[in-house]
Amino acid sequence: MSKRNPEYDFAWCPGCGDFGVRRALQVALENYSIEHEEPQANNIVVAGIGCSGNMVHLVEGDQPFGLHGIHGRTLPISLGVKMGNPELNTVVVAGDGDFLSIGGEHIGPAANRNLDVTAVVMDNGVYGLTKGQSSPTTDYGAVTVSTPLGKIENPISPLRHYMSIGVTYIASYYSSKPRVLAKLIQEAMNHRGFSIVHVQSPCTTYNDTYDILKGKPKEGIKGLAYDIPEDHDPTSVQAANELLEQPGIPLGVIFKYEGKALQDRHQELQSKAPNKTNQQLLDSYLLKA
Amino acid sequence: MDKHDFVIRFAGEGGQGLVTSADALSRAAAHAGYFVQTHSTFPSQIMGGPASSQVRISTTPVLSSGDGVDVLVALNQYAYDHHHQDLNVGGVTIYNAEEYELPEGGDYFGIKADELAKSTGNARAANMVSIGAVANLIDFDLDQIDAFITQRFTRGRAGDDEIIAANIKAVRLGAEVATNAGFKVGKLHAPDPPDYEQIVITGNAALSLGATAAGLEFYVGYPISPATTVLIWMENNLWGEGRFVHQVASEIEAINAILGAGFAGKKAMTATAGPGFSLMSEGLGLAWMAEIPLVVVDVQRGGPATGLPTKSEQSDLYTCMHPAHGDIKMPVLAPGTIEECFYAGALSVNWAERYQGPVILLSEFGLAERGENIRRPELSAISTESRTLVNEEDTGKRYDSWDGTTPLPGMPIPGGRGAYVANGSEHDEIGDTTHLPRHHIRLTERRFKKLDLLNGAHYEIENADADVIIMPWGSSKGPAREAYDRLLASGENVGWLYSVALHPLPDEVKNVLASSDKIIVPELNYLGQWSSLLRQEGYKAESITQYTGLPFRPADLVVSIRERIDVGVTA
Repeated sequence: MSKRNPEYDFAWCPGCGDFGVRRALQVALENYSIEHEEPQANNIVVAGIGCSGNMVHLVEGDQPFGLHGIHGRTLPISLGVKMGNPELNTVVVAGDGDFLSIGGEHIGPAANRNLDVTAVVMDNGVYGLTKGQSSPTTDYGAVTVSTPLGKIENPISPLRHYMSIGVTYIASYYSSKPRVLAKLIQEAMNHRGFSIVHVQSPCTTYNDTYDILKGKPKEGIKGLAYDIPEDHDPTSVQAANELLEQPGIPLGVIFKYEGKALQDRHQELQSKAPNKTNQQLLDSYLLKA
Repeated sequence: MDKHDFVIRFAGEGGQGLVTSADALSRAAAHAGYFVQTHSTFPSQIMGGPASSQVRISTTPVLSSGDGVDVLVALNQYAYDHHHQDLNVGGVTIYNAEEYELPEGGDYFGIKADELAKSTGNARAANMVSIGAVANLIDFDLDQIDAFITQRFTRGRAGDDEIIAANIKAVRLGAEVATNAGFKVGKLHAPDPPDYEQIVITGNAALSLGATAAGLEFYVGYPISPATTVLIWMENNLWGEGRFVHQVASEIEAINAILGAGFAGKKAMTATAGPGFSLMSEGLGLAWMAEIPLVVVDVQRGGPATGLPTKSEQSDLYTCMHPAHGDIKMPVLAPGTIEECFYAGALSVNWAERYQGPVILLSEFGLAERGENIRRPELSAISTESRTLVNEEDTGKRYDSWDGTTPLPGMPIPGGRGAYVANGSEHDEIGDTTHLPRHHIRLTERRFKKLDLLNGAHYEIENADADVIIMPWGSSKGPAREAYDRLLASGENVGWLYSVALHPLPDEVKNVLASSDKIIVPELNYLGQWSSLLRQEGYKAESITQYTGLPFRPADLVVSIRERIDVGVTA
């Protein structure tokens, strides 16, 4: 159930990282709306399929417009939504399976277009909703229900993938600090172009990585996650690539590049376009013009 | 006696200007006041390979590509070997004497078109040499061709006069060769020009123009034969405030992008062919489920898989009706002529808006690139429907129950009131996922009930009480109509039934179907897809099938329909 709809029959497991991401997204949407003096109705959330996609129904407070579509196709759907009305703020929410596996083919084209949407990717390293199969970010050799003898594939490195394929804003974070995550998401929304906020969002049922991410400070065990050093220059391709060569999971903005977004490119071509009326188009086929 | 109808075919290799020749001859004839229809067949490769392009010239509107060929222009030996059996009695072949020789004494003569063209000072006028020879054979007034050449090459450039003179000379040189050869194929009757304005247009251009006339705003697509020219048309023309056109990375991107645009309030379309349509299945299911207006054009080619990319087949009907898993039956509009392509293009957009859902516009290779002169449509006669929007009085519940007794409630658009989640999972009134039986029942019924709103497509009913009714669909309409006319003229008791809307069918068409004991469906597929869908509804339909990759020939249909008539009606 959700707060506004007691009949809604979906719930995340206790402790799911997606709770934190939801909180962050909600704050980011609210603050973005305040910042731009726009109503919540000007925000659109395009959701993928999986545990994470249910976020669109679980937003508390004012309901943004949502489209909870089919598995893997959030980016092409968001292309239509964004270019259907470029004035509106379009956000994609999807999991690592949805975004990187079945939907992986759409990241490159979205980057090439510099499609002006913000993708919040929840990475839990597992297919949770279908109960525990390996995902593209599951480690090599990991035993899951679908890899009983160990996973045979290497995991994808999402951040390096985004970097190499030309995404113009790349941030990485985890679900545990929603307020900080919210600021990153809001910054990504303000980025004019394709932005991805890749969030480690642990699955407490099938792949509980909280300790691996954060470590156990009391026992002196360090986690994989670390804050990106303040002197990192995210506008430098070289600095971003060097950062991504380091072990661990960086927290913060890895890369950003201000380029022409798709709507700007389209506007440029528009100024060169013939702009014929329907009558002129029809009359161009006249037998005797 | 004058003849009212000629078929001229240019055969050779792709890249030899076959389409250009047929196109030029058809435009010259249309310019002179005749009715024309072209038909081309070529392999799926950039250059080379056996290809042909023909034009049928008539004093009355042309319904099909005809039966046989009256004049064959065969540019190589292979073309001669493979096409000369299509010649009608009294037909003549013009062969390319620069390429090969045929033994003396046949129904043919050679021509050296390139050499003669060079002698005019314009090597590019070779096709005009051939056209001159053809014109001479059928006694087509050469002055009419001169007039066409003058119009076509008067472009306000320095060399216009020279080009015109060379082309006219080329026509005369070709005609002279034919005169010297001593053949005649007949005399083309003087034209009976229509008293209305005409446009010359292909099926793909016509449906693009029709959709645009109905207010299309958003097009994305991916290249695929024979739908590519729709993408190209849109990339050239769908510009202006509030419009967007884009070539995407796959058909999966295309369907989902127009779905996003339809959700955002745009009138959106994509066009594809069989393989691309298969990739769109899941997205179409989502559009049906979430009730998003959009149009998918399927320009059929031969299937399955890569199939026959540049041949005619009507074998996508099942998949267009039921493109996705689950309880779905899509609205399908299947135009059968170039003119109908225009109006169906417009209606498909209007239907999508009217019932807030996806519509399939089912075209065919046989229509896509076929050129025809048709009556110029009146844009003012095209209605532009827009979905009703959610308003102050509405409950604000996007997915309320609906039984058809009230107008369909308005649709909320992002940025406006009534925020909801368009959901591909079964949902409640505001779009939240639910598995409760009552929601699945009421929304399944809503989705099907909405189809009742879809009417207004063109249909034809003649001799409805005849023993046997002929009901073609799509491009088989033309040859079936010629066959029907010949059967009627020979005294057969046959009726005619035709509908551009294949789903939902107009009530008037259903009434005829219900009262007929024998409905014969000529269609270009193996399974007899349309007749089996009709039988599924309880109608007594049977198919005449053909799966050659080529359109029906009226003469063949006359024979096969007569066989069915002779069998009679079994009680």
